[in-house]
Amino acid sequence: MTVHEFKPDLAPPTSARGVVGWLKYNLFNGPVNSIFTLLLIYLVIPPLLSAFQWIFIDADFIGDSRDACTSDGACWVFISSRFEQLIYGFYPSEERWRVNIVFVSFALIIAGLIWPKTPQKTKLAIFSLVIYPIIVFYLLIGDSFGLAKVDTHQWGGLMLTLTLAVVGIVAALPFGILLALGRRSDMPIIRSFSTIYIEFWRAVPLITVLFMASVMLPLFVGSEVDFDKLMRALIGIIMFQSAYMAEVIRGGLQAIPKGQYEAGEALGLNYWQSTGLIILPQALKITIPSIVNTFIALFKDTSLVLIIGLFDLLAIGQSALADPAWLGFSTEMYVFVAFVFWVFCFGMSRYSVYLENKLHTGH
Amino acid sequence: MLKKTHLSAAIAAVSLVLTTFGAQAEGDTLSSVKSKGFLQCGVSTGLPGFSNPDAEGNWQGLDVDVCRAVAAAVLGDATKVKYTPLTAKERFTALQSGEIDVLSRNTTWTLTRDASLGLNFAGVNYYDGQGFMVSKELGVSSAKELDGAAVCIQSGTTTELNLADYFRENGMEYTPIVFDTSDQTVKGFEAGRCDVLTSDQSQLYALRIKLADPGSAMVLPEVISKEPLGPVVRQGDDAWFNIVKWSLNAMLNAEELGLTSANVDEMAKGTNPNIRRLVGLEGPKEALGLEPTWAYNIVKQVGSYAESFERNVGTGSPLAIDRGINALWNQGGFMYAPPIR
Repeated sequence: MTVHEFKPDLAPPTSARGVVGWLKYNLFNGPVNSIFTLLLIYLVIPPLLSAFQWIFIDADFIGDSRDACTSDGACWVFISSRFEQLIYGFYPSEERWRVNIVFVSFALIIAGLIWPKTPQKTKLAIFSLVIYPIIVFYLLIGDSFGLAKVDTHQWGGLMLTLTLAVVGIVAALPFGILLALGRRSDMPIIRSFSTIYIEFWRAVPLITVLFMASVMLPLFVGSEVDFDKLMRALIGIIMFQSAYMAEVIRGGLQAIPKGQYEAGEALGLNYWQSTGLIILPQALKITIPSIVNTFIALFKDTSLVLIIGLFDLLAIGQSALADPAWLGFSTEMYVFVAFVFWVFCFGMSRYSVYLENKLHTGH
Repeated sequence: MLKKTHLSAAIAAVSLVLTTFGAQAEGDTLSSVKSKGFLQCGVSTGLPGFSNPDAEGNWQGLDVDVCRAVAAAVLGDATKVKYTPLTAKERFTALQSGEIDVLSRNTTWTLTRDASLGLNFAGVNYYDGQGFMVSKELGVSSAKELDGAAVCIQSGTTTELNLADYFRENGMEYTPIVFDTSDQTVKGFEAGRCDVLTSDQSQLYALRIKLADPGSAMVLPEVISKEPLGPVVRQGDDAWFNIVKWSLNAMLNAEELGLTSANVDEMAKGTNPNIRRLVGLEGPKEALGLEPTWAYNIVKQVGSYAESFERNVGTGSPLAIDRGINALWNQGGFMYAPPIR
């Protein structure tokens, strides 16, 4: 019996393999594409090179005053001399270990929640939502357990930006879900309350909300009530953000086919059961991109607190620009602040992509 | 800009209505500061030489020194100040609502502010005015030669209005090029988008340092507006008003008497009656309801006006602003404090 054996496949021609093949397929695929490729190289490469030169090659990294910045490039000495202030704001230097503990524990908890194989994940989630914020509150504010009191007006920099963003994000999501459900409710009072709330808060700019919270509120309540400025800003951000979140989630709720609701009813589930077990998991899944989009917008919106005199990362950077000893290094500061914001926003964006892929089970 | 003017007018109107409640709710500032144990002082969110945090996070500047002087006079400790950084829009409401005790934030003393906002200006700690900076290459030596110039301005109310007034008054044309922040304004000037940059003179020196080559630009001698800057308190608490006013006066008198934080102990041992009255050894010791050493504490802990000026904006700082009209009255300036007696 003869065994037929196929000859092994020939390798693709060298022009379609490796770097050359990739270039040919992706960049020089026909005359029009080749022209565009060359044009873009001509337009993009020189600015990139000069930026690289400014950031790395010509830059000054070592020193402690502006005299160290002698070359033409960036003066990163300025950033390093202000680095602690950019991270901790005006938090007293002998108490900064408390902020460090929060940073590290927060990173660990986030990592634990993201990593798919964490044991007891539900318990960790409950801990991080219920007990952990209380611990952080007492750790950062102090005034008990033998810790010195640190007023919130001394907070600033990255820690303030993260506080505003994380509290805003964590609090706005549940409120947003409730408001979205409320707006689609059959009960007229709940429905109209939710609608009015959402339409009101969504229709005013955040900057106005913050300004009202900071400036007008003390006038109305009188000066006897010492309402913490950070707390006022946080309440303003949460109110504002939950209205946005509600509309995002309502979009998801409306995308769920009617059959799913009816299936829930057919199974004999009550409203909360069918909402919690059938509708919301699907609705939240399809709204992940929009939710993360809102989170990223919120993260960047936190720098608006400058107008009420809270020093977030950007504001600390700007106040450093006013130091007579360091005049004229605004570009370095803005580049650095932009980079930090980019790192956090990009991180959130990547996590949302990962989550979408992981949950991409149906359809 | 126009929009901003309307906004601040609206805020001013609302504040005026609320002042009645706010101011009355406040009451006695002196005893409230004493019982709190610290002074709450409103400063700017960052203005070179006037108020800005240094690398350690301590506030410094000419305006900050006023806060420290008041704290030294009232509490005997210049460090017992809580700084509240305020934006231009927020500053008056923060004072009216009692969130701060003193506003020391390069605020121009004008009739409207003094009369209709429920505030009192406790003096002038810097006589400022709007000026021009030009590139030396332009070959201009007076603002009168600026006909047809492109002018870089930071958007804001008075700067733009003063500029328009000045050019109209002198029958000259100009093209305004408006920027949002002072950094952008400088970059625009440096990039050659305008021939002239206009701002308050105190800031022109700071902006000049921001240029890649500060030597290439010069500040013209003309000052086209009056901008007396000073600390502000709430109307209706005269005892507190006096304390802030005399804290500033004590710094000026100290300079006139040749006192500094270094030599005040030595000079107090002398026989000069003016010095003895200032440090509280004789004269009206209890007049302000403070410790007799209130002015001594200011001089010892903050220094005289000359020290504060040189340290923050003068020759001891990178800004290197000339004393000019901010010199004492007997040295050709406007700074004149009533005597302590």
